[in-house]
Amino acid sequence: MSYLPYALAVWIFLCGLYGVVTSRSLVHLVVCLAVAQSSTYVLLLSVGYVNGGGAPIFADVPKGTRAVDPVVQALTLTDVVVSVTVAGLLLALTIQAKKKARTTDPDELAAMHG
Amino acid sequence: MNVLVPLPVVIPLLTAAVLTATSPLLSKRADDLAGIAAAAATTVVSTLLIVDSLDHDLVYWFGGWKPRSGIARGIAFDVEPLGAALAALAGALMTASFVFAWRYFDEVGTLFHVLMLVFLAALSGFALSGDLFNMFVFFELMSVCAFALVGYAIDHPAPLQGSINFAVTNTIGALLVLFGIGLVYGRTGALNLQQIGRALEGRGHDGLLIVAFALLLAGFLVKAGAVPFHFWLSDAYAVAPIPVCVVLSGVMSDLGLHAIGRIYWPAFSGVFAAQAGSVRGVLVGFGVITAIVGGTMAFFQRDLKRLLAFVTISQVGIFLVGLGLLTAGGLAGTTLYVLASGFLKGGLFLAVGILVRRAGDGDELRLRGKGRNAPMAGVVFLLGGLGLAGLPPFGIFPGSALIIHSAREIGYGWVPTTLVIATILSAGSMLRAGARIFLGWGDADDPSLSHEPRAAEEEPSEASGRASPPLLFLPAIALVLVGLGLAFTPGLAGRASDWAGRVENRPARGAEVLRGVVPHSTRTSSFEPGATPYLYGGISTAGAFGFALFGLYRRRLPVFLRRWPSRMTARPATVLKELHSGVVGDYVAWLTFGAAALGGVLALTVR
Repeated sequence: MSYLPYALAVWIFLCGLYGVVTSRSLVHLVVCLAVAQSSTYVLLLSVGYVNGGGAPIFADVPKGTRAVDPVVQALTLTDVVVSVTVAGLLLALTIQAKKKARTTDPDELAAMHG
Repeated sequence: MNVLVPLPVVIPLLTAAVLTATSPLLSKRADDLAGIAAAAATTVVSTLLIVDSLDHDLVYWFGGWKPRSGIARGIAFDVEPLGAALAALAGALMTASFVFAWRYFDEVGTLFHVLMLVFLAALSGFALSGDLFNMFVFFELMSVCAFALVGYAIDHPAPLQGSINFAVTNTIGALLVLFGIGLVYGRTGALNLQQIGRALEGRGHDGLLIVAFALLLAGFLVKAGAVPFHFWLSDAYAVAPIPVCVVLSGVMSDLGLHAIGRIYWPAFSGVFAAQAGSVRGVLVGFGVITAIVGGTMAFFQRDLKRLLAFVTISQVGIFLVGLGLLTAGGLAGTTLYVLASGFLKGGLFLAVGILVRRAGDGDELRLRGKGRNAPMAGVVFLLGGLGLAGLPPFGIFPGSALIIHSAREIGYGWVPTTLVIATILSAGSMLRAGARIFLGWGDADDPSLSHEPRAAEEEPSEASGRASPPLLFLPAIALVLVGLGLAFTPGLAGRASDWAGRVENRPARGAEVLRGVVPHSTRTSSFEPGATPYLYGGISTAGAFGFALFGLYRRRLPVFLRRWPSRMTARPATVLKELHSGVVGDYVAWLTFGAAALGGVLALTVR
């Protein structure tokens, strides 16, 4: 099994993290967070990957057909749902921040809070 | 299978769904009543679960997917008394919050109740889960509800900022957890905690497992608010509506920590058995730093909610130490401590809520002497402060006695001293604020406290002059009394040690969950604290009073006494305060640093 997918997952995660740390706009920050979240999809799917395996649907196939692990796919789906929820919530808060505090810069928002 | 097991999740979740669907048809108070009823019913069921699981775990396989030949196929709730007690704590705090919210909010909307109920379902589910991924799902569910609840007063900038910081840092924490889960699953092919432990049995540990464990640990520590993962916590708790703070501070932080015990004992205790000393060192180290930093920061706060947030952080440190001792006594002590302090902190937050409601403000200095017309809140402050200070035999005393006893037993004799210092710092700051507000003691100004907070405009207030309605102060009094009185449950410390021993007995518990082997009814031990914990409790109580007076009258000390100490501490204090910048990027940078440090130290020591 190649280590490449794992290295890729870590790389994507760090890219997203770098974006979150240095972000000057909440919209940009939310996108970076989504980038970091997508690294977990890569990780989970590569954990369950089977060389030459098909989709884990076991109707009409002979017993013993190779298939990728369905559990991690379920985990990934759950994770997608979670990340969409969080991104939606954060973007809603961003809109509200623009309306009420007239800024989407985390630094200025922090200064307003005092 | 016990049909009660899924109810602590089902009741609040169903009520929330029904409430959402029918809210346009209902009268104004129906959502309050439904919330109180559902939360109270959840509390009762969780309490029944404690009783039912006294002798052996209650294992509930959803959909009847029981394990076959020792291999878990389904998803399980694995109920033991300590986890059920935390679920019951969540229910009780939620009930008190709903009762308080009845008179506290002028207009809050059904969504508040719905979010709170889903939050409760997630907290209960998290406390009862026996499955790593299920824990993650409930973890995320409670996070999302909490983000929304913290930012509930969406018309004001401060809650927005607190909620954004909370959401971003905790989402990254959850990502770390998910990374850890992915790695563990990749190694073991299992998600059930006992099954993971079984799969790792007899194998040595390696780099991958250490990384996975460190990731899980870091993720849960973000939720708990351990230093240096804690920055979001003070921002979020300082702006959340009071009824939400009660639950956040009283049970969510602590569940984050408890999760570490829940995964360590079944899944990792076998494979790290030889390195338990190193793991213990790391956890206790982080815990001591958290306890001291939290206590120190509490001293510098004048915003009452922020003060309580740092008290929470300081206590998280104490819990991390107790849990990190990796002994049955430590785990039992931590849980008892969590229960008592959860009630006490809940009562204190409600007392702050009464003050905010009556005086329109939550600022210690501006409120000086103005608390006289809210005497009930003052009583709660005093009792809560005493309970948190560890006055024997009330409040947190049995828990802290167990931790002290356990630490000395395994050669961590220096640990109790640091815990006493942390307790003095945090409880002393609490008592100082109480004395200044309700008795009018101390100076009217104190420049070393953090800068002046703005008026708590996001909280509702009413014209003063009327007496506080009982619905506001009764929940506060009740919580504090329960928190203080829990210590008098006969034989509690001994029984809790037995339960903790069950959690830590991996082979027996694994056989029970995976093969349905019910263990013999366990022994009933008793715990005699001996004289030492009383001594520590006495010192911390006296110290807290002394520290409160020091905080009030520090500037009246003779010049030669205060010049050097104030010069020595001014610089570090400023740096420490400036670190809490409110900028989410900084927080995430600290989070990254903390996770790297945690992983690095584990990798270096666990070999």
